[in-house]
Amino acid sequence: MNTLSDAGLHARLAEHAYRIRRFACRMGEVQGQGYVGQALGYADVLAVAYCHAMSFRPDDPEWEGRDRFLLSHGHYAIAFYAALIEAGVIAEDELETYGSDDSRLPMSGMASYTPGMEISGGSLGQGLPIAVGMALGLRLKGNPAFVYNSMSDGELDEGSTWEAAMGAAHHGLGNLICLVDINNQQADGPSTKVMGFEPLADKWAAFGWFVQRVDGNDMAAVIAAFDAARALKEDKPRVILFDTLMGKGVPFLEAREKNHFIRVDPHEWQQAIDILDQSQGAAR
Amino acid sequence: MSTATAKKPRLTTSAMIASIAGEGQRITAAPFGKALVALAEQRPEIVGLTADLSKYTDLHLFGQAFPERFFQMGMAEQLLMAAAGGMAKEGFMPFATTYAVFGTRRAFDFVHQVIAEENLNVKMCCALPGLTTGYGPSHQAAEDLALMRAIPGMTVVDPCDALDIEQAVPAIAEHKGPVYMRLLRGNVPLVLDEYDYKFELGKARMLRGGRDVLLISSGLMTMRSLEVATALEADQVDVAVLHVPTIKPLDTATILAEASRSGRLVVVAENHTKVGGLGEAVATALLTAGITPQFRQIALPDAFLDAGALPTLHDRYGISTEAMAKTLKTWLA
Repeated sequence: MNTLSDAGLHARLAEHAYRIRRFACRMGEVQGQGYVGQALGYADVLAVAYCHAMSFRPDDPEWEGRDRFLLSHGHYAIAFYAALIEAGVIAEDELETYGSDDSRLPMSGMASYTPGMEISGGSLGQGLPIAVGMALGLRLKGNPAFVYNSMSDGELDEGSTWEAAMGAAHHGLGNLICLVDINNQQADGPSTKVMGFEPLADKWAAFGWFVQRVDGNDMAAVIAAFDAARALKEDKPRVILFDTLMGKGVPFLEAREKNHFIRVDPHEWQQAIDILDQSQGAAR
Repeated sequence: MSTATAKKPRLTTSAMIASIAGEGQRITAAPFGKALVALAEQRPEIVGLTADLSKYTDLHLFGQAFPERFFQMGMAEQLLMAAAGGMAKEGFMPFATTYAVFGTRRAFDFVHQVIAEENLNVKMCCALPGLTTGYGPSHQAAEDLALMRAIPGMTVVDPCDALDIEQAVPAIAEHKGPVYMRLLRGNVPLVLDEYDYKFELGKARMLRGGRDVLLISSGLMTMRSLEVATALEADQVDVAVLHVPTIKPLDTATILAEASRSGRLVVVAENHTKVGGLGEAVATALLTAGITPQFRQIALPDAFLDAGALPTLHDRYGISTEAMAKTLKTWLA
């Protein structure tokens, strides 16, 4: 339970989200590419996860009591590394190595490379079934930690996601929280055109899950959703469907032709960082 | 048993899970299930997972003995393998069972990425390996060894009989890392107890010597090879049998030592497609070492196999004892 006022909590987490966005843009600048659109869109969710909801020890990423966070969508690594830097798990200066040979921060997340990276994601649709196994294992050990599986809306196309959704409900996994980033962009275009998934909340509910669907860029709503997911007493898995805006916080990227992989020209990284700095300065 | 199944006018497709034991052959019932229960008494980290096939892989014995450590994953093999990986990440040693076709073909990327890429301690024990059902390609895992061999760090085991399975279970548990083991379930033939045999992971074992032919085999083909060797004694053909229960890592030292003894025809016999299994593994080892004996393969063809009765199919594809003996004599003529 936080002792801050709601306004204070929101302001603190908004500051964390701003810094996560900023770290992601700096990594994008280093590499000249990266899924920065997703990072900007998902930063609020990651800020709440790592700076409010989850238990972990920054200096001991394998602490047995930690909440597990699985990055199923491995290409979100740029966003996730930014969150790990903000959470103190990775040193800030390491972002200079992002995507370089021999770096601990490869372009797609891999468990053996990065402290705090629980799984090798990227083969989409694998995080949730792994999370089912980890949640079963934690329950068998009597460990009260949560397993968070973070995934993209494209992964809703994968059959394994729904195998796991059935399995989690069947086994009553109240220690499993699934986070879905719905930005409606896949490799071949808008998710709704590639493979329609609506009515999504109804689908998850029909599979036996406790479902919340919120604006993933509304800090108050994101905080409330995490709090409700953790507080639920029923033995059922929980899913939070976050509608997010790719490029959030940088208007020229928000407005750019929507694409799975947003094009950013070399000079635009600094522009994006300047815009983030200005708007956060104004918010303070 | 109903009268309809009792009187068979001619050979019909065997039951899906029919025993491969021959008429009058000595058998042990459910050696895998029994060995796992015995081991799990000592090792509380062992858990069992299955994809709606516990009874058909003998894992139900584990489920009865340790209900709190048994997890039903439903008919969902991707979930089975990924959840097994997840439990391994939490410190458990999952034994995951299904049929070989589903464990390898259906769940391949989950075995590759979730389990093997992180070197997780999951033991995949899969029934109906190679051609051990007459239900056609949907259930015939003719290429399971090729698929599993291709995964870095995967240990691949193809036991011959009940004794092999019984001894392999604690051995694969002792090995830290992913293992794919072919499973014979139900009434499993007992053969190797007559050969002063002991299963050792990664080791091939000479079961009998012979001057004319060296049969290198794994799985149930070792049983067939021993039968062939006995049968050919009447024809004054002296057949040696080298059993290779671990397909990967391959015991190249023993294979090379035996194959380099001059004057013997080297034949690899496997219950697997000739593509990518023990035969090709042995051939690569021999050529790499510069050893070039006369070399032949007894294996399933590179084809989708027929449905039918197992004895019919084993004859048709040359892996029955009679067919093997005939083939060997042709090669020796």
